[in-house]
Amino acid sequence: MTFSNVLPIYKKELRGYFTSPVAYIVLTVFLLICGWFFSARLFVEGEASLRSVFPTVLFLLTLFVPAITMGLLSEERKSGTFELLATMPIEDIEIVLGKYLAALTLLVTAFFFTLTYAITVKSLGDADVGVMFAGYVGLVLLGAGQVAIGVLASSLTENQVVAFIVSFLMLFILSFVDVVLPHVPAAFASVFEYLSATYHFTNISRGVLDTRDLVYYASIVVLSLYLAARALQRRI
Amino acid sequence: MIEVRDLSKRFGTTLAVNNVSFDIKGGEILGFLGPNGAGKTTTMRIITCFLQPTSGRVEIDGKDVQTHSLEVRRQIGYLPESAPTYNDMNVVDYLMFVAEMRRVPSAERKRKVRRAIDVCSLGDVLQKNVGQLSSGYRQRTGLAQAILHDPQILVLDEPTRGLDPNQIVEIRSLIRELGREKTVVFSTHILSEVEAMCDRVVIISSGQKVFDGSKQDLQYGLSGKDRVQVELRATSDPVAALRAIPGVESVQVVTKNEAVFKLSIEAPRGKDVREQIFAAAVQNHWVLLEMRRESVSFEDVFRELTTSAA
Repeated sequence: MTFSNVLPIYKKELRGYFTSPVAYIVLTVFLLICGWFFSARLFVEGEASLRSVFPTVLFLLTLFVPAITMGLLSEERKSGTFELLATMPIEDIEIVLGKYLAALTLLVTAFFFTLTYAITVKSLGDADVGVMFAGYVGLVLLGAGQVAIGVLASSLTENQVVAFIVSFLMLFILSFVDVVLPHVPAAFASVFEYLSATYHFTNISRGVLDTRDLVYYASIVVLSLYLAARALQRRI
Repeated sequence: MIEVRDLSKRFGTTLAVNNVSFDIKGGEILGFLGPNGAGKTTTMRIITCFLQPTSGRVEIDGKDVQTHSLEVRRQIGYLPESAPTYNDMNVVDYLMFVAEMRRVPSAERKRKVRRAIDVCSLGDVLQKNVGQLSSGYRQRTGLAQAILHDPQILVLDEPTRGLDPNQIVEIRSLIRELGREKTVVFSTHILSEVEAMCDRVVIISSGQKVFDGSKQDLQYGLSGKDRVQVELRATSDPVAALRAIPGVESVQVVTKNEAVFKLSIEAPRGKDVREQIFAAAVQNHWVLLEMRRESVSFEDVFRELTTSAA
C-alpha cells in the first residue's frame, strides 16, 4: 500500500464533495443545527457552554455521517465505474482508504467551523480551553470511527439508501448502546459500556486520553476499513 | 503475449466460461465474438484482473493475472462494457484523474492527456461533464481513458456499442490505427466488425470456444472447401470432363434442365479452379451461362457455430 495511490482517489472524492451541493448542504445544516442548540442555551438559559452542544452533535453525527459516506462505494458499483477502479494498478484497500480520508476531511471541516462557538464561549466567560480541546479530540476520534463504519456500509450494497440505513443503524446502536446499561446483568455491563461510542467520547472529553479509548476507536477504524476492502472483492 | 489456458468461471450454478484456451500474439488484433451472454465480458474481465477465474489461468507476458495482478494491470488499457465514467467530472478532469491513477509521471501527464484527446478527437467537448456527452463521445472518452498510459495491451469490450454508423467507422479506423503498435482484443457481436478490423477471430458460445483462427479460416471454416457454382449449356454430360481438372475434388449436378446444367464444384481451400473450368468450357464447346465462386457469409458460419454448440 502506498500513499501515492491513495492520493488521487482522495483528491477526486474531496473535489466531488465540493463541486456538488453535498458539502455545502452538509456543512450548512450541521452548523445551523449545532448553532441552534448552542444559542438556545446561550440566550434562553444564559449559559455559554459547549457541554450542552456535544450530546446534540453525537446524535446529529449518526445522521450526517451516513449522509456523507453512503455514496462513496455504492455509487461506484452502481454506475459501473468500480470496474474501472478495480482494473487500475491500485489495491482495494487503497480505494477504501482514499474514500475514507475524503469523508473524514469533510467531517473535520464541519467540526472546524464549530470553533466559532468555542471562541464565543471563550470570549463570554472563563471557559476551560483544555476541556474544549479534549472535547474536539474526542469528536474527531468519534468521527473517525463513524466514517469508517459508513464506508463499510457503503461497500456492502450498490444502493445508496440501503447504505444510509445500514450505517445509521450501526452508528445509532454503537452510540446509544449504553442506554441498556441499567437493564443488563452486572457481568455484561462493562462489555456494553466498552462497546458504547458515547462512553469513550465522554472519557476523552473529560480530558483523559486513555489508551483503552484510543484502542476502541482505532479498532473500529481498522476493522471497518478491512471489512470494506474485503467486501470489494465481491466484484459483481 | 496473452495466454489463456483452460479458463473456467462459475457464477453460482451457471458456468459462464467453460474451459476456454487461446493465445494472442503481440501486435495482433483479435476479435472476440459470440452471441450475447456467451461469456465474452466475463473472459475479458478475467484478463483485466477484475474477476478471478474459478479454474485455469491467464498469463500476460508470462505473468499470471492472479499472482501478478498489479503488474498485469499496469500493462493493460481497458474499456469496460458500456464505457462507465464519472458523470459529474468534465472530460479533462476525468482524464487527468485516470492519468494520476495510472501513475503517469506528473511532468508527462498533460502531454499524454492531450495526446489521448487528439487521438480520440475529443477536442470539442473538453469542458463538458462526461454525463452530458452523447454516447459516441462517451465511448471515445472511455477509449481515451484506455490508451492514456500507452499500454501494450488494449482490451475493449464492445467498443462500437451504441454508436451511429459514422462513429462506428471512425472508432474502427481508430482501433486499426492503435493495433499497429499494440495488441488489441475487442469483443463484438457484430460480424462486419470482424471483417473490418481484426486479424484473428475467437468465437465463443455458451461459454465454450467454438472457433479460433484467421478471418479467412472463418469463411472456409465450415466445409473447409472452396466452392464454385457453374451454370452451363452442354450437349453431353460435362461432369467427367470437369472432374478431370486438376484440383477439382467433386462435381455435383444441382439441377439439370434439358441441356442446361447447374453444377457445384468443390476444390480444396484457397484453390481457384475457375480458369480451368473456363478453359474446359471452351475446349468442349459448352456455353458458360454463369460462374461464381461461392463465399460463405460470416453470418452463416457464425450462426452455424454458435447454435450447434448450444
